Amino acid sequence: MAASHLSGGRVNLAILREAARKELLECLDKCDGTKAVVWDEQLTGPFGLIAEYSLLKEHEVDKMFQLRPGRLPAANVNNIIFLCRPKLALMEIVAQNILKEEETGGSRKEFHIFFVPRKSLLCEQKLKELGVYGTFSNVDEYTLDLIPFDSDLLSMEIDSTFRDCYLEDDMTSMYYAAKSLMSVQALYGIIPTICGKGDCARHVADMMLRMRRELAGTEPQITPQIDCLLLLDRTVDLMTPLPTQLTYEGLIDEIFGINNTSVKLPPEKFASAKQQTGGPQEMPTEPKKLVLNSAEELYAEARDRNFHAIGPLLSRKAKLISAQFEERHGAKTVGEIKQFVSRLPHMQAAKISLANHTTIAEMIKEVTDSDHFMESLTVQQEFLNGIDTDKVNPYIEDCIARKEPIIKILRLVCIQSVANNGLKQKALDYYKREILQTYGYEHLITLNNLERAGLLTLQKQRTYPTTRKTLRLMVDDVSEQNPNDISYVFSGYAPLSVRLAQFLARPGWRSIEEVLRILPGPTFEEAQRIPVGLRKKRTSVGGGSESPKVTLVYFLGGVTYAEIAALRFLSQQEDSASDYIIATTKIINGHTWLEGLMDTLCPAPFPDTSTTSKSKGRG
Amino acid sequence: MAHVTGDWNPLGQVFYRKQEIYTLGWRDIDLDKFVVAAAPYGGPVALIRDETKLVRVQGSIRPVIYIYTSSGREISSIRWNSGHVIHLGWSCSEELLCVQEDGSVLVYDIFGQFKRTFSMGTEAKEMKVRDCRIFNSHQGTGLAVMTSSYRIFMVNNVDEPRIRRMADVPGLDAPPSSWVVISQDRQSRVLLARENDLYLLDHGGQYSRQLAPVSQQVEAYTEMAVSFNNKYLALFTNTGLLWIGSSDLERAYCEFDTKCPQRPKQLAWCGTGAIVGYWENILLMVGPGKDYVKYNVDSTVHLVPELDGLRILSNYSHEFLHKVPSVVECVFKIGSIEPGAMLYEASREFQNGSPKADEYIRMIQDRLTVAVDQCIQAAGCEHEPTTQRMLLRAASFGKCFLSDMNPEPFVRMCRTLRVLNSVRDFTIGIPLSCAQLEQLSMPVLIDRLVLRRQYPLAIRVCQYLKMPEAEGVSRILAHWACYKVQQTHVDDELIARSINEKLRDTPGISYSEIAAKAAECGRTELAIRLLEYEPKSAEQVPLLMKMGRDQLALAKAVDSGDTDLVYTVVMHLKEKLTLGDFLMTIRNLPTAQSLYLQYCKEQNREMLQDLYYQEDNFQESANCRVMDSYNETRMDERLRNLQQAQEAYTKARNEFAAKVTEEQVRLLKYQMRLEEELKRPYLDLSLHDTISQLTTEGNHKLAEQLRKEFKVPDKRFWWLKIQALAEGSDWAELDRFAKSKKSPIGYEPFIDVCLKHQNR
Repeated sequence: MAASHLSGGRVNLAILREAARKELLECLDKCDGTKAVVWDEQLTGPFGLIAEYSLLKEHEVDKMFQLRPGRLPAANVNNIIFLCRPKLALMEIVAQNILKEEETGGSRKEFHIFFVPRKSLLCEQKLKELGVYGTFSNVDEYTLDLIPFDSDLLSMEIDSTFRDCYLEDDMTSMYYAAKSLMSVQALYGIIPTICGKGDCARHVADMMLRMRRELAGTEPQITPQIDCLLLLDRTVDLMTPLPTQLTYEGLIDEIFGINNTSVKLPPEKFASAKQQTGGPQEMPTEPKKLVLNSAEELYAEARDRNFHAIGPLLSRKAKLISAQFEERHGAKTVGEIKQFVSRLPHMQAAKISLANHTTIAEMIKEVTDSDHFMESLTVQQEFLNGIDTDKVNPYIEDCIARKEPIIKILRLVCIQSVANNGLKQKALDYYKREILQTYGYEHLITLNNLERAGLLTLQKQRTYPTTRKTLRLMVDDVSEQNPNDISYVFSGYAPLSVRLAQFLARPGWRSIEEVLRILPGPTFEEAQRIPVGLRKKRTSVGGGSESPKVTLVYFLGGVTYAEIAALRFLSQQEDSASDYIIATTKIINGHTWLEGLMDTLCPAPFPDTSTTSKSKGRG
Repeated sequence: MAHVTGDWNPLGQVFYRKQEIYTLGWRDIDLDKFVVAAAPYGGPVALIRDETKLVRVQGSIRPVIYIYTSSGREISSIRWNSGHVIHLGWSCSEELLCVQEDGSVLVYDIFGQFKRTFSMGTEAKEMKVRDCRIFNSHQGTGLAVMTSSYRIFMVNNVDEPRIRRMADVPGLDAPPSSWVVISQDRQSRVLLARENDLYLLDHGGQYSRQLAPVSQQVEAYTEMAVSFNNKYLALFTNTGLLWIGSSDLERAYCEFDTKCPQRPKQLAWCGTGAIVGYWENILLMVGPGKDYVKYNVDSTVHLVPELDGLRILSNYSHEFLHKVPSVVECVFKIGSIEPGAMLYEASREFQNGSPKADEYIRMIQDRLTVAVDQCIQAAGCEHEPTTQRMLLRAASFGKCFLSDMNPEPFVRMCRTLRVLNSVRDFTIGIPLSCAQLEQLSMPVLIDRLVLRRQYPLAIRVCQYLKMPEAEGVSRILAHWACYKVQQTHVDDELIARSINEKLRDTPGISYSEIAAKAAECGRTELAIRLLEYEPKSAEQVPLLMKMGRDQLALAKAVDSGDTDLVYTVVMHLKEKLTLGDFLMTIRNLPTAQSLYLQYCKEQNREMLQDLYYQEDNFQESANCRVMDSYNETRMDERLRNLQQAQEAYTKARNEFAAKVTEEQVRLLKYQMRLEEELKRPYLDLSLHDTISQLTTEGNHKLAEQLRKEFKVPDKRFWWLKIQALAEGSDWAELDRFAKSKKSPIGYEPFIDVCLKHQNR
């Protein structure tokens, strides 16, 4: 897999990938001879973006397995390498694998375990308790923190950050975040300014400053390529992940789910597309997997647009491509034909890309045209505008009565609660009761969780209207085709988080101090001292043509594609005050986010009943 | 100024020169009455009274070991009150090794402070040691002892002594005529002469008799010497014959008849090119081409072989005898027409304002690069700063005529010389040559300065050479601080403050190392004070734990944000303290407590309940009970858990949760009854689904009963019933229901379900 799409931005993120690859290979080379790698399933996606199988093969990785309970599949290798997250539950599986493997005997194998991204004492202790710690020739860590997704997008892909930080008070992932920023600074220089809002943001900034002190004197001497770091807690803007995203990429994620930049689509729709290109006429059964990043020209152009602007874009592209193909009739001389032929592969690729996205757009349109989608959107818009957020909403009531998917209900109720700074006791209890009676008592814990996270609470002082007004979160005259404001990403609602970034760049946070006081958590700005020799030289020659500064916006607790699109929109403005790079702990949408906060309880089977056995776990 | 070549003596094709490097600072020392041990690379000199010589003893009869610098300044003295010392020597890290008769080796630093001891084995102890050799092995400094039974024991590295017994020499029943250790090819062997037989012994228990290399008939080899690099060997016979050859005895360079059968007092190599024998009042230097030079000496001397020459210590002066390096010869030899010599002349004429300078430059115009290079190199070989300066000036003059000369070698040489001159200074007393420094390396030299507690000079050298702070200045300051904390007579507060004052702005200082040192000296308070300055929590925490300051360790771990570090302390505390104390301790730190809760959630649910109970956290306790209830496999247990949850919710004033929990208990009981009556599974369905299922099955009465019992709102009940009836295709009942009373949700849903289930 080429990494060219990573190097297109102001700051070359391909370097980060290169560094991660190098470290991975160093880890592998610590084990002599042929290897089998046992993967923690959650890691395969992120690792796919770092190194391809052929590269691992070059380093004598013969086999790859998923980490599963029971016995490892037979493999004739010298080394077995476990790559897993430091989770206690996984240690039990690892131990089981090893004990079973040793039972079978056979050729002598060496075991290694690499924790991603950090070693954990608890896990090591667990391995000791399970009696397998001694069998490892290597217990080490592979520090994969921020994974480059695109030329302006980095993610740590840690699922549980928001839950850990706000429900469990476990700040481990914030420590990882601080470490990841240290790796960024090691490659791209110390970031002179750190701004932030929120408790976690403050915590990460403190740790960063502390780690820099620890590094004292050994930090690499690089001129800073990133001018400013903006740390944002998800709690500062609980609203934005909840409404349905209306950008192209956002909708793909909402409807099909994008994982590590690739999406799996129902194959039926693509069969016809293949027919058109003259492919074999077989009905594919495997889901069609597409990689979505800026390497694909059309996608780079389309992804951040409002879905309403996608149709016109695709038809324009279709005309362009067919015009290009028409040119072959115009080609007279051998030279002209040769030129045409040389362009063919590119045109073919563009054609396939167009066909794919037309199909995807059709599938999305099916959903967005449906009544329930429209109704839900209307209710969302009403809430965002502060209309009737005080009382029980009849549409939500109906949805519950129809027993529609619980996450849909929760999303709507949470939007209402956040827009109203909490619900009145009566309305809140009514909703909760309705949900419990309909979907079952087992959701009680989930509701408690949402309350703790501040998503579904009792009414407090109403500040949201002030925030909405000051930050212009609702924009009436938004153009979806030719947007002039970030609110186009939700057809009218501007993400609060991105507004904060926008105000920071121009005219500065001082202008919105009042709102910042309302929003939860501390506001701060720290300056990091840079040695004089490394400070950016003011390019006085040709004055005024200075390129805008580069801001890294780090979303602690997750970011949505809509927010990414809005930040990209800001970067692309001609008079933009800043170019943005986006980093996050995880790319989320309303669905995955709430799912992470749920505690789905399944009853243990009674020995005397025939209920199917299910195990406890969380989504 | 006398001409540079004035002290040159030709030895065959090459020249040797003997230069005084110090007039010794010691007074009233008569080397004749002492055993001398001098460390190579211009290291310190140890003296102990020679007990084989009669002297008038003043004061105590206990011997004293004096330690001097190479310039004769006293560093320290040790009043010896241990066993009989038979040999003194230095290790490569400049530790004084004192070998006692009983085979124990005592190690001191140059300040006479005892560091450690090791023994050469029980046999050496029982049989007594009669002779000893200290040598450079491939692993460090080696040491070999010969017992009175003429057995040899050896260690290859005094830092990690592993004793090896060398092979026995057959029929050795008298002291050997002579013996040396040859360390080559990662192995140390002993070459031993029994009269005129030569044996090579190794530690594998093997010995091999060597063929006599000497062409004439001899009775015994009375002395032998190995060169600094272990490649060459010199043997001296009782007939006065001196044999020079390779150390493997394969090649002989020459045999030289000294016409003096008397054994030399000392036989030592001068670099690799000549061997020097010392008899009373005479030094005889013999080259491999049978050439020789004779020097007269007027007092007792001691010879110290170096890599590139030989140092000669006498009562008054310290001299260096070495081969004149070829590049120096090029520049200074009388009549030399080498470019370097021309450039040197040109430079001198230029300084005198003479136009001859131009003439000389023209002569060597095309070889100017070589000329400059020669002058730079020659400067490095000179001891005298004035000569160095002249040569460098010449080089710099030559450089003016070159446009593309790389300035690097010139600058580097200037820097090196500046460092060398400052350490050669009388007060420091390390007379290193350029070649020696190259072998020793700059970091080692800095280490040696640190060892001599010359902290300011060491720091200045680092700064001057622009070494990265972490490996230069910071390291030295850390050493200084470690030394400082050992001054037990100074107050804790004072030390902590003075250390912090000096170290504050220096990045990369490991305060924890200093603190560890302080803790080692039993100064816990000082250690804790110092740890306060340590920026790295990962370093602070383990040491604090070791010193038993667990509370502080926990606080520091929490500050760092490194959760793994917090767990480290928490788990340590959990093992160490009683449960009650443990819980009270972590209670004070919410971060630690929530991490422990997190751990308990996965690993220890019972403890979790205890913790919530202790904290009066009824809400979480109830949540926990609810979760546990779902894991119970028995109905009564589950109900019990839920009832407990209900109580806890009430205590937490969460009336809503208490109420719905109570309802859930009721629902479960209801469902159990239904299961018994209707013989169908209802358990664990939601209320909605239970009513829905009952409706689908046609049990409208029971459904109605549930609806009333649990107060299901009208609207939802209508939706539910419509859908359930459609699901069960009970169209008649649906019709009846539609007509029963006015629908609160309109009639659209009726149509929708009909359409959906294709009942047009």
